[in-house]
Amino acid sequence: MSDHDYKPKSKVGQWFNDRLPLLTLANHLTDYPTPKNLNYWWTFGGILTFCLITQIVTGLTLAMHYIAHADMAFESVEHIMRDVNYGWLIRYIHANGASMFFLAVYIHIFRSLFYGSYKSPREIIWILGIIIYLLMMAAAFMGYVLPWGQMSFWGATVITNLFSAIPLVGEGIVTWLWGGYSVDNPTLTRFFTLHYLIPFLILGLVVLHIWALHVPGNNNPVGIDIKKPSKDTVPFHPYIVIKDGFALLMFMIVFAFFVFYSPNILGHADNYIEANPMVTPAHIVPEWYLLPFYAILRSVPDKLLGVVAMLSAILILAVLPWLDTSKIRSAVFRPLYRQFYWILVADVLILGYVGAMPAEGLYLLIARVATAYYFLHFLVILPVLGFKEKTLPIPLSITEPVLGGNPNFAMAKKNESKIE
Amino acid sequence: MSDKKPKRRDFLFTATTAVGAVGAAAVVWPMVDQMNPDASVKALASTEVDISSVKPGNTITVLWRGKPVFIRRRTKEEIDEARSVKMEDLIHPEKDEDRVKNPEWLVMLGVCTHLGCVPLNDKGDYDGWFCPCHGSHYDTSGRIRKGPAPWNMEVPKYEFVNANTIKIG
Repeated sequence: MSDHDYKPKSKVGQWFNDRLPLLTLANHLTDYPTPKNLNYWWTFGGILTFCLITQIVTGLTLAMHYIAHADMAFESVEHIMRDVNYGWLIRYIHANGASMFFLAVYIHIFRSLFYGSYKSPREIIWILGIIIYLLMMAAAFMGYVLPWGQMSFWGATVITNLFSAIPLVGEGIVTWLWGGYSVDNPTLTRFFTLHYLIPFLILGLVVLHIWALHVPGNNNPVGIDIKKPSKDTVPFHPYIVIKDGFALLMFMIVFAFFVFYSPNILGHADNYIEANPMVTPAHIVPEWYLLPFYAILRSVPDKLLGVVAMLSAILILAVLPWLDTSKIRSAVFRPLYRQFYWILVADVLILGYVGAMPAEGLYLLIARVATAYYFLHFLVILPVLGFKEKTLPIPLSITEPVLGGNPNFAMAKKNESKIE
Repeated sequence: MSDKKPKRRDFLFTATTAVGAVGAAAVVWPMVDQMNPDASVKALASTEVDISSVKPGNTITVLWRGKPVFIRRRTKEEIDEARSVKMEDLIHPEKDEDRVKNPEWLVMLGVCTHLGCVPLNDKGDYDGWFCPCHGSHYDTSGRIRKGPAPWNMEVPKYEFVNANTIKIG
């Protein structure tokens, strides 16, 4: 099973593989030992790969018809919707695909939070994931600007103005980002360029993300280190491929529901009005997947501190492996963390809800409490919990809780070496 | 290391790196600067507005450098209201006298200093403007009174060409 021993069967295969070991790589990917207890929360990596490919393919085809010019962008999008063969389908897949991408990435992130997948030795995988997430947000934001509707224009204005909060150089940076004195044609063309570029950067980072994953191997619902390969693992193909494939089909049903039955439910009606620099829509809200961070931004009454809080809310995730002091990975064996985990989930959902509401009265108060709790969770609760929490005993192997293992640690170690 | 005399190889290494760094910087700057406003954008720097048809209590909005400019012909009450405010009540203290050339005419960028939305006319708690995005209230002099915006709405460079024409920029 070891990669280095692999030898292609055919003479041609051997000849090729000696010169470029692609077949060795393919063999590594199919035989890759995977924990046999992976549940459906682990299928979202594959689903996310599907989402990325879908966005790239639909994006390329849309770019064949879209015109990145302030005078023509809005019309060219309508042209795609009405005139281009299946243009409506491709655009609806692309627009809803962004939402599906974020839905999957949030499940993927929260799976990691529950099972402690970000902990040693998987910190680099986690940090690469956070960078991918940041790039996703940048790509989604710039993509939303391209149809040049009212929400596009004013979303771009508000988000680029965040940089004006930086002391001294802020205004200069905003002018530089705009290429003018307001969001206008130069802004649109550069956003289009970057929106085109970023998915390929993400693709490169995904390769690194998977490469880094294949060094220690997958975490698993029990969260313990396992011997690879052993009785605790199954080869990636066909076991995980089939499971991922089935989950992907289920996911595509949800995806198709949005595309075919309510393609505009996740968007804003205002974006079907062409951009007008003289009038701001009465109620500006970002896309749903950015709402929790938008709520954090608005909950702070100071401009600079609001921006700092919003960015910190994302960047704090990058240092999570060092904020969580518990050695136990899986929340299954952490009775207290498990409760705080669900409070955090609720907290983020509440932030998302108040982010969509006007920033006044009770909503503002709720946003402030939820923002404070968000930071409390990462900066106080997680570090303290690692020292205070009484964790449950963890099994010595994945098979143990099922087949009944030996409670004697030394004996179990011995058995493990036998399996090897 | 310190007692060793630098060799020709060390000299070549240092010189090559230094020239390389200068060369890289020289190439990077045009790449960065191309994103700044270009000559055609800068050329649109000023605009003339006919204000003869504006009645007292009305505001017109004109586009200057892609941004809306509010030109309001203020009523006597609005001017009095703006001038009776105590400086210590202001978030960004500025006298109304310093914000206008002719008290009847208030000319300012119709851009909220929070995150750049266009505030709504005749709204808010101070009879001036209200920004719908994040709830900033401005008074009849366009000064920030309540909400997240840090500064008063900006007064652009402008002049009265004659009694009926304002040149902005």
